[in-house]
Amino acid sequence: MSEEVIKADGLTKVFNKSLVAVDHITFSVKSGEIFGFLGPNGAGKTTTINMLITVLKPTEGRASVFGYDIVKQAKNVRKVIGVVPQEYTADEDLTGYENIMLCADLYGIPRETAKKRALELLDLVELTQFKDKRVETYSGGMRRRLELACGLINRPKVLFLDEPTLGLDVQTRAATWEYIMRLKKEYGMTIFMTTHYLEEADALCDRLAIIDYGKIVATGTPEELKESLKGDIITISIKESEDVSDLIRSVENVKEVRWENGSYRIKAEAGEVTAPLIIEALRKRGYTVTRLSLTEPTLNEVYLEYTGRAIRDSEESKEAFRVQRLTLRRARK
Amino acid sequence: MKGGAVVVTEAEAEAKAKETAMAKGIDEAVAAAEEEYYPSMFRGLWALTARELKKWLKDPVMVLMFVLQPLIWMGLLGKSMNINAMFSAKSLGNMEIPNIQIPGNLLNPPISGVVVIPGALIAHELQRVFSDIGTKVMQNTFGVVDYFSYMAVGMVSMIVMTTTMFSGMSIVWDRRLGFLDKVISTPVSRAAITLSKVLNATLRAIFQATIILAIAYLLGLQLSPSFSLINLLGIYASIFLLGVGLSSVFIAFSLRSTRMERPMQIISLITMPLMFASNTFFPVSLMPDWIQMVARINPLTYLTDAVRQLTIMPLDASALIFDLIYLGIFATILAAIGIVLSWRYLTK
Repeated sequence: MSEEVIKADGLTKVFNKSLVAVDHITFSVKSGEIFGFLGPNGAGKTTTINMLITVLKPTEGRASVFGYDIVKQAKNVRKVIGVVPQEYTADEDLTGYENIMLCADLYGIPRETAKKRALELLDLVELTQFKDKRVETYSGGMRRRLELACGLINRPKVLFLDEPTLGLDVQTRAATWEYIMRLKKEYGMTIFMTTHYLEEADALCDRLAIIDYGKIVATGTPEELKESLKGDIITISIKESEDVSDLIRSVENVKEVRWENGSYRIKAEAGEVTAPLIIEALRKRGYTVTRLSLTEPTLNEVYLEYTGRAIRDSEESKEAFRVQRLTLRRARK
Repeated sequence: MKGGAVVVTEAEAEAKAKETAMAKGIDEAVAAAEEEYYPSMFRGLWALTARELKKWLKDPVMVLMFVLQPLIWMGLLGKSMNINAMFSAKSLGNMEIPNIQIPGNLLNPPISGVVVIPGALIAHELQRVFSDIGTKVMQNTFGVVDYFSYMAVGMVSMIVMTTTMFSGMSIVWDRRLGFLDKVISTPVSRAAITLSKVLNATLRAIFQATIILAIAYLLGLQLSPSFSLINLLGIYASIFLLGVGLSSVFIAFSLRSTRMERPMQIISLITMPLMFASNTFFPVSLMPDWIQMVARINPLTYLTDAVRQLTIMPLDASALIFDLIYLGIFATILAAIGIVLSWRYLTK
């Protein structure tokens, strides 16, 4: 099961000859795994997905899905993939069932098979009792589940999820994760997803690529990425206002010291041993430690390490912003 | 490498099919093994068209809005510009003609005394003749004696034009909602995506044109004696051709755009000129040369003429055939362009 289902090689997309949305990215996704693209809004995640699902043509580079080239064999690619876009694309004027059947028609699934699958999928995402209600009346979570069901009607070998929980509240988000895991278990497919929620990446993804300004800056399992920081995070505050960075830096095992929001953020190996040493060193010089915390690195730290800043909402195109607003608004209805 | 991947894929699919068979019974296994579907162009086309027709029928207000505009034109312009009255006896109603006295010796043979022709009699005769002339003028200018009938039929062209123009808007809307991207990511034929819009707009145009004709009939449209219900088929055929042609143009225009404003502007910019530079309101032959040039290539002229031939005028088969051929060529060329553009432009 280590076959490479998605392969991208130097994939690049330039809009209007100047805006580089995706910048020579190379990665591969193994069969059966959930592979996540983690990055802030506007980092190029959706553009990457749109190239892989044959909606956008790459400017440069190449990629294949299940061995089919995304440009030359786009038609074959389309047959084996399922797509759950960031937006709610289900037609509001139609019922949930009608929407799923529309998807089935687009894939050319035989009517009888389609009917059976539609009911099965609606049952799986627990929308059976709402299947004849117009989508207009659905809540954000229900819409997302309907999109999931639509994306699975052709029993895809690879499922693409673009920001699967965008705009959902925390509880609905957790429930949606459950559905995704259940669907994966049921159909055993490979999932490629994007997200800008760290918890989501941590909870769902087997492997991650951190993408920033169109470039992949790190790849690995969430654990590997955390371990790659080679150390824990110690946060210390002192009463005095002098700069003690150099003093802390001189302690054994300390890798890095940063002054951040009124405290020192220290990266150190074997934090539980190093922390007392730092306190000791500070005490010797007469400083008073007012606060100390020790954390194992989270994805947040990983993110900070590789991109140099916390996950942020960067400036992005008006259109992307508008699409997101629209999705958010409908999600919260 | 690529070949190898495909082989593994098939083997895996089979293995999966077997697993499923154990778990879920033979039926499912067969379905899973037949994972390779061949989506037919027709099925996709119909699914996408049906979606829009369903949406449309669930929103009767929109149907009303589309019908309302030509209805207002028909009611206001058709009835208020009462050209019939201009050429009727009433136009000469307040003529004061004095009695004419003719001395008898001027007559041949001369008689004695004076002949008096009453002015009222002259006025009456003039009115009668003028009314006859008026009818002739109307007949020769418009082909029918009734201007309302003439322009009410023109409203069929108007509704076909506005309905098909908005088909372009719906593709922009689909793009903005993300629906279009989702459809593009499925194996459905690219041509089906564009053609479903064309078909949808055309079917709507046919439906709305029927309503317009029915209302016009109630308001006093005078059908020619040669009219029969079979003529309706001819009317629908010509509406279909113009609908296909026009909606292809507007969809092609809208394929790349993500903003509603642009198609909106184009629509409002060209609607009026297209209507007035055609025979919708007035016969082309009486227009200045430069407008005639536009009107003679304007497809609206040919639809309007075809529908007039089939409703209010005595049918002239050769003229009708020429209209249909022109509309057919128009539709074929533009639909072909639309399909080619959709292949090229749907994937950016």
